[in-house]
Amino acid sequence: MAEKPEDLNLPNAVITRIIKEALPDGVNVSKEARRAISQAASVFVLYATSCANNFAMKAKRKTLNAGDVMSAMEEMEFERFLQPLREALEAYKKGQKGKKEASEQKRKDKEKKNSPGENDKSRDEEEDEHMDDEQEGENEGEEEDVEN
Amino acid sequence: MSGKNMEEKVEQATDRKNISLPMSRVRLIMKSSPDVSCINQDALFLTTKATELFVQHLALSSYKNGSGKETNTLSYSDLANAAEESETFQFLTDILPKKILAREYLKSLEEMEKVDDNL
Repeated sequence: MAEKPEDLNLPNAVITRIIKEALPDGVNVSKEARRAISQAASVFVLYATSCANNFAMKAKRKTLNAGDVMSAMEEMEFERFLQPLREALEAYKKGQKGKKEASEQKRKDKEKKNSPGENDKSRDEEEDEHMDDEQEGENEGEEEDVEN
Repeated sequence: MSGKNMEEKVEQATDRKNISLPMSRVRLIMKSSPDVSCINQDALFLTTKATELFVQHLALSSYKNGSGKETNTLSYSDLANAAEESETFQFLTDILPKKILAREYLKSLEEMEKVDDNL
């Protein structure tokens, strides 16, 4: 299958898998239905993006953030998604933090190996400051959830 | 691109972020929307996850309300019906039009012409 940069469709294999997992065992899905659902999913992304963007513009922001997407879901009457989305986002952010720490640790180890010198100290200090910021960010996130 | 690589990629994505759809592809679609400049990483994740939930919801709702239960198949008409009958799926009516027979369409065209003549 050709993959062009202009391809705005989602991968068929993944879409099919999601459909099959949602339906009861043994239910078939016609090829036409699969294609239609895939197209519907792309339209959903566009609709959600446009909706979320309205919220961002109202708040005079140029960057779409998580809150905008959540507001868009409510606007589109997909409140049923809100709770699973919140939970998924929590797990995602934790995963991201773990990954970041792991890759930063790897980078530190690499640097120690490559350049054992005075430069390391200043770099370490910078990294520590950076990590503190991240931790603060995470705490804020947790507080928000408790309020909700 | 071999099938095996695709599966590995999907597995990796599922392990780390609990989603199957590729965020890079979703970002491409989002960027094609006018007036959108920057997309925060969390927003991209949420949109991707929401799309997966949407696919599940559309498939299951259409199947439950459709005639598929007898044939044990989810068909295109089940989806078209869901788009027309359910408020939440109304935005899909343009891309999931109900199919009609050609002769029915021609008939309705003729009737429209009659109305125009009368006006």
